[in-house]
Amino acid sequence: MVAQRKGASRVSEDPEELARVSLQAVLLADSFTTKFHPITLERPKVLLPLVNVPMINYTLSWLESAGVEEVFVFCCANSKQVIDYLENSEWVSLPDFAVTTIESHNSVSAGDALRLIYERNVIHGDFVLITGDTISNMSLRRALQEHKERKKKDSNAVMTMVVKRSKPSPITHQSRLGTDELFMAIDPNTKQLVYYEDKADNSKGIIHLDKSLLMDNPSMSLRNDMQDCYIDICSPEVLSLFTDNFDYQHLRRHFVKGLLLDDIMGYKIYTHEICSSYAARIDNYRSYDTVSKDIIQRWTYPLVPDVKFFGNSAYKLERQGMYRASEILQARSAQVGPFTVIGDNSKIGGNTKITNSIIGQGCSIGSNVTIEGSYIWDNVTIEDGCKLSHAIVCDGVIIKSGAELEPGVILSFKVIVGDQFVVPSYSKVSLFQQPTNQDSDEELEYADNSSGIVEFAGTTDKSSSEQSKSLEMQGWPASELGNGGIGYVWSICEGSVEEEWRHSVAPIPSNKFEKALQAADDELELTQDSNVLPTSGELKSDSNFSDGDDNEDSRDDSIHFEKEVEATFLRAVHENIKVDNVILEVNSLRLSYNKVAADCAGAIFYSLMKFAYDSPHGSSSELLQNTTNIITKWKKLLKYYLADMDEEIEVILKFEEMCLESAKEFTPHFTKILCHLYDQEIIQEDAILRWDDEKKEADDSDKLFVKQAEKFIEWLRVASEEEEEEEEEEEEEE
Amino acid sequence: MDFQVVVLAGGTSKNLVPLVSKELPKALLPVANRPVLSYVLELLELSNLKDLIVVAEGKDVALRIGSWISGAYDDRLRVEVTSVPEDVGTAGALRAIARHLTANDILVVSGDLVSDVSPGAVAAAHRRHDAVVTAMLCSVPVSGSSESGSTGGKDKTKKAVVHNVVGLDPTKQFLLYIATGAEIEKDYKIQKSILRAVGQMDIRTDLMDAYMYAFRRSALQEVLDQKDTFRSLRQDVLPYLVRSQLRSEVVLNRTPQAEENGNEKVSSHKIQALISQILSNSSTTSFHDLYAYGANGSILVRKTHKCCVYIPPSSKYCARLFSIQAYSDINRDVIGEASHLSGYSFSAQNNIIHPSAQLGSKTTVGPHCMLGEGSQMGDKCSVKRSVIGQHCRIGSNVKIANSVVMDHVTIGDGCSIQGSVICSNVQLQERAVLRDCQIGAGFVVTAACEYKGEALARKEK
Repeated sequence: MVAQRKGASRVSEDPEELARVSLQAVLLADSFTTKFHPITLERPKVLLPLVNVPMINYTLSWLESAGVEEVFVFCCANSKQVIDYLENSEWVSLPDFAVTTIESHNSVSAGDALRLIYERNVIHGDFVLITGDTISNMSLRRALQEHKERKKKDSNAVMTMVVKRSKPSPITHQSRLGTDELFMAIDPNTKQLVYYEDKADNSKGIIHLDKSLLMDNPSMSLRNDMQDCYIDICSPEVLSLFTDNFDYQHLRRHFVKGLLLDDIMGYKIYTHEICSSYAARIDNYRSYDTVSKDIIQRWTYPLVPDVKFFGNSAYKLERQGMYRASEILQARSAQVGPFTVIGDNSKIGGNTKITNSIIGQGCSIGSNVTIEGSYIWDNVTIEDGCKLSHAIVCDGVIIKSGAELEPGVILSFKVIVGDQFVVPSYSKVSLFQQPTNQDSDEELEYADNSSGIVEFAGTTDKSSSEQSKSLEMQGWPASELGNGGIGYVWSICEGSVEEEWRHSVAPIPSNKFEKALQAADDELELTQDSNVLPTSGELKSDSNFSDGDDNEDSRDDSIHFEKEVEATFLRAVHENIKVDNVILEVNSLRLSYNKVAADCAGAIFYSLMKFAYDSPHGSSSELLQNTTNIITKWKKLLKYYLADMDEEIEVILKFEEMCLESAKEFTPHFTKILCHLYDQEIIQEDAILRWDDEKKEADDSDKLFVKQAEKFIEWLRVASEEEEEEEEEEEEEE
Repeated sequence: MDFQVVVLAGGTSKNLVPLVSKELPKALLPVANRPVLSYVLELLELSNLKDLIVVAEGKDVALRIGSWISGAYDDRLRVEVTSVPEDVGTAGALRAIARHLTANDILVVSGDLVSDVSPGAVAAAHRRHDAVVTAMLCSVPVSGSSESGSTGGKDKTKKAVVHNVVGLDPTKQFLLYIATGAEIEKDYKIQKSILRAVGQMDIRTDLMDAYMYAFRRSALQEVLDQKDTFRSLRQDVLPYLVRSQLRSEVVLNRTPQAEENGNEKVSSHKIQALISQILSNSSTTSFHDLYAYGANGSILVRKTHKCCVYIPPSSKYCARLFSIQAYSDINRDVIGEASHLSGYSFSAQNNIIHPSAQLGSKTTVGPHCMLGEGSQMGDKCSVKRSVIGQHCRIGSNVKIANSVVMDHVTIGDGCSIQGSVICSNVQLQERAVLRDCQIGAGFVVTAACEYKGEALARKEK
């Protein structure tokens, strides 16, 4: 069938013609996750009933109404069921709407799927990329038009993402669809997407935005109140991008983030915000619950139970949002509350109370049953006196009398719950045993999925009655679901125990809510603590009011550099390292800190003096003695960095600074040490004279040491002019 | 208005060497022949804010500023000039004068602001939201680099982008994030909690912090007392207040006592009022209130405070004199586009030539020029887009364009000056050519010298 299409739909590739190419869509009939396990082991997610209609029908109906003419349905897990379903449905026989299936057994991600579609070479123009679990009633016209216009101007605008405003709860950090909160940055003028973070790491209370983002855009809008609808309008390049980047798996995590980070190719993603229409994707049980309620409350009009679209039978809308099929046997004393849907041929016993729930076709519900906020699929038998709250009950389940389902329970196909048994909250029960290799880490899910699903796909193809019989014969551990119960209770994988309530059909229990609130508070505190700038005030050189510049960074750096040099020097002293090796080490430090020779000279001199200062000394004269000894000893090291007069001046300045700040004890010896440095030919007279010159313009407070060394300097001046007079040297020294 | 105004006049800014000196602190630098500080003072006077504290760095500076103010504004303003030690930073300066501050709200203005935005508007925005701090943000002046950017104009515009990075709420009333100083160079770190509370944050780089803040005094003093490492208002205090706005650590003097005692009736009543406000789509509620009461109206009084911004319409002029480039730009703007700020009336030729100035024959003074009192120009000179101070003696055949010439400058014949700033008492000998230079006070440029892009200053003896 695919091969046929390929030939038939070959259209001219002339760019002018492309505009008139029929609108295509790629529908991924596999979510490539395990969020709906164990149900999806037996039936693909797109065929799960949503308000008694398989989900894929909503998606296809929308595509058809939005003007899409050709849909490629990509099936992977349980592909046979999807293909069978579609082939027997009305979709294949519609004029102007071609549904083609593409089957794959070895795709483990959306990326694989798109690569396969690229290989098939069936997409010729812009296409809509959507998953089979998306419910929407938006009009594509505007978004498509915007996309086309952008594409004309900039061929790098490859994708338009549909987003919708929806503020996640500030407490639980998830949207009402149960998805994680999403942080996006959008250019408010062009609507370009510049930042996307959906798997928010909650431990960090801070978003890091690369500064380069703002280089190009003078403003951007950081959004936390947007919801990704997972409806994308893509240019054909998207498919080839997936092929080029063979490691792209996830549509958002890899593809979108990959494009945003990659600035070489310059591909751009834009957003289209919808305001009044509906779009949502069923990602987990919570969104299943939310979207079901939205459908009942008619937000998705015209995709509502009482309007006939594909694959649903007619319902009659009664007051207070009660939808009832035509053939219902309902006891007179049964109470059916508002916002419920009751399918064909279902029987409801006396004194049974049903509120906010959806009951499928052919169900039989006994008397004195309470059903609240639950989703009961087809042919379910609920015996007398059961209590169900916020549960999903799949086809063919039997709940024996007096049993109770606590909130959040999932009963997969044909499970039997024994008499009086209470199924604890958030249990997932299936006839299949939990795959042992299941990994809670989502990154690995792709791999797990495929193997698991393919395996199960084989078994489900067998006649199901046979299968259940064979399973029954194996004998069930009676304890798991009570007397006469059949099914395995899946243990919740480690790590996600805490998180189970987030994605459950059941509303968030108040104690969790409070906990989350507490956590949010703690986090706030935490981020604030970590946020307070460390000793910002001390380092910031903001001496002039309001001057814009700040060299905190470089200051910081120099301090580190000095410390490192000092440590190196001390090591050299204690371990008797050769001067040459010390020079090597200091040189490498100099390179890594990007310093000049003058910095090194200053730092080494500082280390020398610090060493002298720290070494034990009884009196001030002893300190002087120490210092001169150390200077003499390490002359070579210091000299190495004093190639130029600038470096020598730096040393003098450093010395001055030390005398003023860290080591005041040197103050009285300033001249003597300076003289010693001169004697040892470490500092040339030119440098000293130049230092003196520079200081002439300084404040009096700065001239302290110049004054101290006045005589010495004077002598130097004289000496340089009249080189012979040596007698004066002694005179001056005393 | 119960506002006290503090004008931070600064000292001798390093960025403005060689234009400033001990004799001429930054606040007294002439912009269109009057000290830059006068622009702020007159702006405040227009808003009827006449009780001012002018804070200067260093005693000398304070004396000079004080004597100028008493001469110029004696009858119009009540000004108290105080000096603080140098290097205490802006926060330190406010700490030092804390005992003078008594009003409920304090307006802090930088002395180098040249603007026509009414401080009253900032004060009103502050009061309207009962904010802890309100900052004025104005659009970065575009005119800055377009014309004078003869050297690396592109760099200048890039630089202009990095003034400030601010995050605003969609209504542009609240300040949610601010990066200043060194933070601008790094990646931006945005607190998720604030973003969660607001939902949408607009991050802008095209706004400049104009250094006009309204503070609630109690909050400001508390921050200054508690955080004794804070040195700068702009880089420490303001970011701190912005960061902690959802978990306030400053005591709000206006919190009713009843709430503190856990009087549930009051708070539940408050919540009801709040909900009805939301339902009636009242616009006064900010996310702070919503946040403070929790998501579902649970009684959960969080301490929050508000940090607001006032963004003047883009037609308003606003610039700060913090660099030599800015100095040239402001001078040009004040006699050009923003001429209403200069306070002078322009002639038909769109320039200001003091009646006592003498022009030689065939000398032209173009539009957007200013020629101060008693200045003389020789023959065949041309002046374009420049400010010339008082009592300057300018020879013949002199070309001056895009420059500022301060008072008592002597310019020899045949000199050419472009894009330069020439301080007072400078002597330019014949045929000197200056391009993009700054000449410090009292400097002598020898004959026929050519300088390009240099800062020259006299050596101090």
